[in-house]
Amino acid sequence: MSKVTIPIGPQHPALKEPARFCLTLNGEKIYEIDLRLGYNHRGIEKACEERTYIQAMYLVERVCGICSHSHSTAFIQAVEEIAGLQLPRRGLYIRTLIAELERIHSHLLWLGVAGHEVGFDTLLMYAWRDRELVMDILADLTGNRVNYGINTIGGVRRDVTPRQIERVTKAMDTFEERTKYYVQVATEESTLIARLSNVGKLCYDDAMRLGAIGPTARACGLERDARKADPYGLYGELDFKVITDKHSDVYGRAVVRLLELMESYRIIRQLCKGMPEGPIAVKAPRKIPAGEALSRYEAPRGEDVHYVRGNGTDKPERVKIRAPTLANLQAVAKMLEDNYLADTTIVIAAIDPCFSCTDRAVLLKKSRRRNEEPVLWNSLRDYGIAWHRKQGLDFGDMNRRFGRMMERSSR
Amino acid sequence: MTALIGILVFPGVFFLSLFGLVCEFVDRKLHARLQHRVGPPWFQPLADFIKLVSKETIIPEEADRTMFRLMPALAVAAAAAAALYIPMWSAKALFSFSGDVIVVIYLLTIPTLTFFLGGWSSTSLYAMIGSVRCLTQLFAYEVPLFMGVLAPFMLASTWNFSELAEFYRAHPGYMIFNVIGFAVSLVALMGKLEKVPFDIPEAETEIVAGSFTEYSGRYLALFRMAVDIEMVVGASLLAAVFLPFGLGLPAGVAFALYVIKVLFVVVLLSILRTLFARLRIDQMVDFCWKYLAPASLVQLLINLAVKGALLS
Amino acid sequence: MKKPGKMLMEVLRHAPKKPATEMYPHVRPYVPERFRGRLDFIPGKCIGCKMCMRDCPSKAITINKIGDKKFEAVIDLDRCIYCGQCVDSCPKDALLMTTDFELAQLDRRKLKIVLKDAGNATDAKPEAEPEKPVA
Repeated sequence: MSKVTIPIGPQHPALKEPARFCLTLNGEKIYEIDLRLGYNHRGIEKACEERTYIQAMYLVERVCGICSHSHSTAFIQAVEEIAGLQLPRRGLYIRTLIAELERIHSHLLWLGVAGHEVGFDTLLMYAWRDRELVMDILADLTGNRVNYGINTIGGVRRDVTPRQIERVTKAMDTFEERTKYYVQVATEESTLIARLSNVGKLCYDDAMRLGAIGPTARACGLERDARKADPYGLYGELDFKVITDKHSDVYGRAVVRLLELMESYRIIRQLCKGMPEGPIAVKAPRKIPAGEALSRYEAPRGEDVHYVRGNGTDKPERVKIRAPTLANLQAVAKMLEDNYLADTTIVIAAIDPCFSCTDRAVLLKKSRRRNEEPVLWNSLRDYGIAWHRKQGLDFGDMNRRFGRMMERSSR
Repeated sequence: MTALIGILVFPGVFFLSLFGLVCEFVDRKLHARLQHRVGPPWFQPLADFIKLVSKETIIPEEADRTMFRLMPALAVAAAAAAALYIPMWSAKALFSFSGDVIVVIYLLTIPTLTFFLGGWSSTSLYAMIGSVRCLTQLFAYEVPLFMGVLAPFMLASTWNFSELAEFYRAHPGYMIFNVIGFAVSLVALMGKLEKVPFDIPEAETEIVAGSFTEYSGRYLALFRMAVDIEMVVGASLLAAVFLPFGLGLPAGVAFALYVIKVLFVVVLLSILRTLFARLRIDQMVDFCWKYLAPASLVQLLINLAVKGALLS
Repeated sequence: MKKPGKMLMEVLRHAPKKPATEMYPHVRPYVPERFRGRLDFIPGKCIGCKMCMRDCPSKAITINKIGDKKFEAVIDLDRCIYCGQCVDSCPKDALLMTTDFELAQLDRRKLKIVLKDAGNATDAKPEAEPEKPVA
């Protein structure tokens, strides 16, 4: 068979969100990949600038449907840092509790999706049935199954009752038992192993070089977890392990996620046990002082980065969101190389992609000229370097030294 | 006249379609219950069929229109024709001659070929890849299926269903020797019916719907009916070859037994397809040649040995 | 240790059990107490400060003065994102969220509801009866 170019997306049954992978096939093997993003750009960052911090928080929560708590927490962490708010302990505990429950629901969702992508619908049905349990708990705690709306600037909006804490603790036993079973299925079912192992290989060096994050990186043996590397919230005082794996393939990613679930149960047990009494929120001012903050948050899919700059009014001056999927997309192109067409979807699904969260393209145009041509990345970079030189700052030397350092460390 | 009724009504196209829908329902319902779901109501396969028939048919501009339209009808015809030679209520089938089993097996190959030709002539990329996979898969499972099904005939020294039934009525104990052949044929039949783990040609998460991607309306309905009939005929074939008991009973009882046997095979197929992940095409070919084909060879050897030791 | 058909016992064990599927709409789903459904308005408590309008992320609520110390709330159910921020912002607890979630309409105009007296929204439906949590 001669070379065929086959489009996967923007609409395709395997992709839940629009993205385009143009695959050039050599028989059943992938020869070349062309990746296009930006089908679902919603202009959220710009919209945030026209809303008050409270309103922007609800908007940011809707960046992603699965990790909504991650985005809203990452955003208000930055806002709270600018405003210099000290959160009450109970508020922090509740926030972290919801965060870990969200991780459980996201990882179980992934397990089901992965099962579906390799045609193992039974695993999908069972994983999602068990996921209902955590969805019901989240609905009970916050009022909704998705978009929990539990965060507010300075704390959380709803308290948890002792009955709810008991329910969560009790559910952890069920989850632990079920997850152990899924670990068994993933490591013993031969057809599943056949489809997962040695598929979508990404070696340690490539993961380092392409800046992979989250479970994708951790499955390559790269210990990258914002909860450990840059502890925010309560994570500094909680006892948990960063799960890594040496398999570097889709199988490794599945194992990492399943074992991470076990860690999440441990964290939730600690949170339920040590939940202190007290207020759940402090009063936040409407006007946030001028300043800027960068907030890192370990979402289920990887590190979520939010940057917020305030200018003393009640509206942010700039919000920048880096969703975890964006960091992993480069790695996907690498992983797909020389794989079978049949493995495309599971390789893409293995990073737990969330394309709509990722899409925030910016098109800069030279407005002074008549024919508005887009400014390219390279010329923008040159412009930036020249601008900084004019201010008396030259990062060139530092950049080179940093490059050498990275090279040494990756060797 | 009897022959015409036999071809059109019973046990011909009409009966097979109805029984095919029943089998599809049993398969879907059991699949759902095994997955802890509710599953469809009893009329769902029929409702799906009526829905598809009443829908608009779209034929791609680039497609070969004659082939595109002809293939679904051919698929149904071939699958239904095969059923006429399989005994259902007595040791004798509607039509019978020496060597009919070979014809049945070859007629069962035709639907797969029509899937390939239909997909290929619809000129969609997904359909073409699905078609190529269809053929690749055919070469992998066909040999084990042939050897598995023919092994019991070897034991009976005949190529005829009726004589096979007579033989096993005379020596019912010999059915035990064909267990491996039954297992091999069951797995190969899953490949023929394109069920998980061998649903590679229509892997929905990879190539949309494989060969059927461009099909819609009544042509798709016909294709789906062909798959259902193929399931019935395949299950009947396995029942007639590997479970050839009770055919001497009164016609009504024997027919009821036949239905039970077919449903038993369908239930086995349904449980099997619940348990696995879809294999990749290369893994599928590997599996068929590494495990299935040797297993069917072992079955042939066993039967030869049994024949030499016990029947001579 | 690889073995094919690992889930065999699991699926056979579940086959005779009652399916996990929720039989909505034949069986009412469990709606948690804290569920954020359709907004409700208590006009007697409203003082017309319009904090809810200010904080609403989607401009779904409007408070109009219809007389001396009398207010009505106009809610666009198609704009509302059911975050419940207005309920939190209201200093007098004049707004509350019901557990009413079946809000779909065939006519878009019906999604704009005017609340003048407690609980008599123009298209209000009987409230869903919350069932016992399944644990």
